[in-house]
Amino acid sequence: MDAAPAIELRGVSRRYGERYALRDLSLTVAAGATLVVFGPNGAGKSTLLRLLATLLRPHGGETVVLGEQLPARQWAVRGRVGLLAHDALLYRDLSARENLRFHARLHRLPEARAEELLERTRLGGRAEDPVRTLSKGLLQRVAVCRAILHDPPLLLLDEPRANLDPAAAALIEPLIGRASGRTRVITSHDPAGGLAEADLALGLRDGRAALLAPAAEVDASAVEELYR
Amino acid sequence: MSRRDRRAPREPRPMRPTWALLRKDLLLERRAPESVPAMLLFAITTFVLFHFGLGRDAVDGSLAAGVLLVTLLFAAILGINRLFVSEQAEGGFDAVLLAPIDRTALFLAKAMALFLFLSLVELVAVPAFAVLLLGPSPWGALGGLVVVLALVNAALSLIGALVSALAIRTRARDLIVPMIGLPLLVPALIAGARCCAPLLAAGGASWPAVKWLAVLALYDLVFGLLAYAVFDFLLED
Repeated sequence: MDAAPAIELRGVSRRYGERYALRDLSLTVAAGATLVVFGPNGAGKSTLLRLLATLLRPHGGETVVLGEQLPARQWAVRGRVGLLAHDALLYRDLSARENLRFHARLHRLPEARAEELLERTRLGGRAEDPVRTLSKGLLQRVAVCRAILHDPPLLLLDEPRANLDPAAAALIEPLIGRASGRTRVITSHDPAGGLAEADLALGLRDGRAALLAPAAEVDASAVEELYR
Repeated sequence: MSRRDRRAPREPRPMRPTWALLRKDLLLERRAPESVPAMLLFAITTFVLFHFGLGRDAVDGSLAAGVLLVTLLFAAILGINRLFVSEQAEGGFDAVLLAPIDRTALFLAKAMALFLFLSLVELVAVPAFAVLLLGPSPWGALGGLVVVLALVNAALSLIGALVSALAIRTRARDLIVPMIGLPLLVPALIAGARCCAPLLAAGGASWPAVKWLAVLALYDLVFGLLAYAVFDFLLED
C-alpha cells in the first residue's frame, strides 16, 4: 500500500437545492485501500461516488482525489477513475462490443483491450447483441468491463455485485476485487460482506458520517444500526 | 483558480474523440432511427399543410423561401430536442463525461451529427417541397440551394448543439430548445430566406446577393467560436 492517500476529504458538503446530500464529511483513504460506504437509501452514498468521479462539484470543503484538487483540476482526474453506477452507463442499442470499443477509442486504448475483457468476463457469445437484450447480470458484467477498461487506479463501485449470481461474481472478482490492487470505494447494504472487504468503513446517515472507523474495529451490528 | 484553469488542456488531436463520438451517434441513429424520420415526416407534413393552407398550387420568390426555411427550422427543432436527450436516455452520457477528452469534441460531434441529419432530411424534403409547392423549376437553383442550405444547416447545427446541451441540464428541456434556440436563429433565418428568394424566383433562378451569403457565413463563424468557447462550462455540474 502506498503512503500517499488516494482520497482526502476535509469538511466536504454537497447540496441539492437547500437539502444537504453530504455535510461536513472528512476522511482519508490510502492508495490501494478499500472504503466501504454503508447507509440507508438517500443517505448520500451515490452522491459521494459521483462527487469523487468529478460528475458533481463539492459545495464546500476540500476534495483531493488521486492527488488532484477538485473541482479545480477535475480534468486531471477524469480517465483515472472507473465508475460502476446503478445505471450501466451503456448505450442500450449498441452491443457490448460496440460499447466497449467506443469507450476504448475515447480512452485511446487499442480495441484489443475490449476483446480481452469480453473474454475474461465470458461475454463473447453475447458480445454482438444489443445490451438492452441482456439480462441484468450480463449487463452488470458489461458495465464492469466499461468501468475498468482503462485500468483506472481508483474504482468507484455502487453495489457492484447486485444482480450477479455467485459464478458471475467470482468471474469479476479479479477485475474489481482487492486482488486488482486498485483503490476502491464501494457502497453496500450488506454489513458482514461489506466489512469483510473493507479497510475503512463509513456509515452515512442524512449526509453525515455517523460511522467512520477501520473496518477491523467495526462490528456488523453498528452498521445495522444505521438502517434503523 | 480561474475558470480557465478548470478546463482540460486542449488536446493535440481533438478530432479523434470527435470521430468516435460522431460514429457512435450515426450508429445509434442507424440502429434505432428517431431523429431523421421524425424531422422528415414533420417537414413533408408541413409542406402538405402549406399546400392546402395557402390554397395555392405554387409559390415562388420570398414566399417559397420563407415556407422552405421555416419548415426546415421547425423540423430541426425536433432533432435538436433529441440531440442530447437521447444521449441521456441511453445512459452512456456520464461515462462519456468521465473520459479524458476535451468536451469540445462532444460539441463538434453533436453539431456534425445534426448537420448530417439535416442534410439527409433535405435530400428528401426539398424535392418534396418542389413537387408540392414550388412554382418555378428547381433545377436552375440547385447549386445555389446546396450552398445556402449548407450554411443554414451549419447555423442550425451550431446553435442546436449549444442549446441542446444547455437544455439537458434543465427540467423544462422541451421548452428551452425553442425558447432559446428560435430567437438565436432569427438572423440565420432572415439571411437564409434572403439568399433563397432569388434562387426560387418565378422568372428563373439568380445567384443570391453576396452580402446575405456573407451574413450567413459570418453568423456561422461567430456562433461556432462562441460555442467552442462556452461549451465546456455548459456541461459542468
